[in-house]
Amino acid sequence: MPAYVQGDVRSPLWIGANAVTDRDLRSYRPPTPAPMLEPMRRNIVILGGGTGGTLTANRLRRAHDAADVAITVIDQDNRHIYQPGLLFVPFGLAGADEIVRGRGAQLHGDIEYVQSAIEHVDIEANEVALVNGGRLRYDVLVVATGAVLLPDETEGLTGPGWMSKVFTFYDLDGAMALADALKWFDGGRIVVNLVDMPIKCPVAPLEFCFLADWYFHERGIRNKVDITYVTPLDGAFTKPVAARQLAGLLDEKGIELVTEFNTGEVDGADGRLVSYDGREVPFDLGVVVPLHGGAPYVGRSPGLGDELNFVPTDEHTLQSKAAPNIFAIGDAASLPNSKAGSVTHFEGEVLVDNIVRFLAGEPLEGSYDGHVNCFIETGFHKALLIDFNYDTEPLPGHFPGRLGMPLLKESRLNHLGKLLFQWFYWHALLPGREIPGVPHNMPTAGKQLTTKPEEN
Amino acid sequence: MSTLTFAATDVEVNDEGFFVHPEAWTEAMVPDLARREGINELTDAHWQVIRFMRSEYLAKGAGPTVRVLGKTSGVSIKDLYQLFPKGPAKIAAKIAGIPKPRGCI
Repeated sequence: MPAYVQGDVRSPLWIGANAVTDRDLRSYRPPTPAPMLEPMRRNIVILGGGTGGTLTANRLRRAHDAADVAITVIDQDNRHIYQPGLLFVPFGLAGADEIVRGRGAQLHGDIEYVQSAIEHVDIEANEVALVNGGRLRYDVLVVATGAVLLPDETEGLTGPGWMSKVFTFYDLDGAMALADALKWFDGGRIVVNLVDMPIKCPVAPLEFCFLADWYFHERGIRNKVDITYVTPLDGAFTKPVAARQLAGLLDEKGIELVTEFNTGEVDGADGRLVSYDGREVPFDLGVVVPLHGGAPYVGRSPGLGDELNFVPTDEHTLQSKAAPNIFAIGDAASLPNSKAGSVTHFEGEVLVDNIVRFLAGEPLEGSYDGHVNCFIETGFHKALLIDFNYDTEPLPGHFPGRLGMPLLKESRLNHLGKLLFQWFYWHALLPGREIPGVPHNMPTAGKQLTTKPEEN
Repeated sequence: MSTLTFAATDVEVNDEGFFVHPEAWTEAMVPDLARREGINELTDAHWQVIRFMRSEYLAKGAGPTVRVLGKTSGVSIKDLYQLFPKGPAKIAAKIAGIPKPRGCI
């Protein structure tokens, strides 16, 4: 009997390259199921072992007994990066050893971890094809492979000057190379540019500006450094109240703001950004956030993704529009909100509830409200906090209630919150535990709501 | 919010000039809308982009961003800027009578 027959508890889904030949696979037809005396063990396959994949796997493991549901997580490497930490690397405030851990080590027992790149998903066959030749059958698939950087899509960006005069801090190699460049930078013009939305953590390029201001202030050469923030948006941020607040902060800190600039070319040799409408911004050091897309295998999986390889997903249930048994979480999903770890965290609870419902044959609940919560590091040991959802933009007040952390206002407490968060990330968020006082839906208790009177 | 007249029809637009009621739009309004954005001569390429914006909005509930437009409309981003120098997605969305593309989140 082949090792991969449904219901075999030892290896229910792993059709390893060694187990069968391609010829076996082509000729293999599932046997007609015999009448079942006990419930069939089902397979949940999670693509991606980052924030979303890990917390989903760990939460699902608690929700389902291992005898009933097998859980497999697939990722192409074993480096789980605490991505909020990348912001601190260029300024020497964090090192690779502090923000990288193994992926498998973050998964609870009875979760299988498979390290391989993904070739494609066969939606009709309910199978994932791996680059290593294996195929995995799934009853439920979770797409959690995040976003990838696409620097090659911008003319000139990876040409002359890339990684010597033009950097990104959105991956570890870039952040480390930028740390070195900043150390030797003793004056001139720094330009921070986000090429186009969507990007991960839309506030991070602003935080980079604020931290650069502080960094050069500490080095005593702030007066020799010009910092310019160049964005395709029509303001400092996407949401009006926060955009005004953040534009005010840029101004206070002497950071120039250039808006509605759609970068068409990055000329590293001559040090200039060129927009599609012919404007130019010169630089001595360019910090560019490249275009983002979904994982390339999404594009090789007919019917799974959109033009940018993100997965169209119901914004409240997190069920994909590709098939009822495919769900998406985090940056991989095409949702009308920020690509951020907090979003993934808040989605996790709803996603897992809905997978449990799906496997039980019950209707899904559309309870995710688009909740986002971000600390915005502003330098000088201070940070802002913003909290919003699909319907309510970031507003002033306190989080999560009236006596909580100040919203949209610089404070030392928020900075401490940002630093402490890394501990919560590894020890509460990834294991899938609740973070005390942080609900998955946006709290309104401490907010100065403009549309309705404050509750409580 | 204000009321403007295109092709002898009163239309409500928001503070940024986008249609409040996209269903009020007709192709007859396009020349007036384009002139308001400084485009006096509408080429076939303009029409191709405007109709594409409109059909994407009707199919998906949102207009595409410049980047998606460059990938899917059959017109490159560079050419889109030639057609709509002040910002292809935004201007073409205004002329197509659809809401502001929500690339900005």
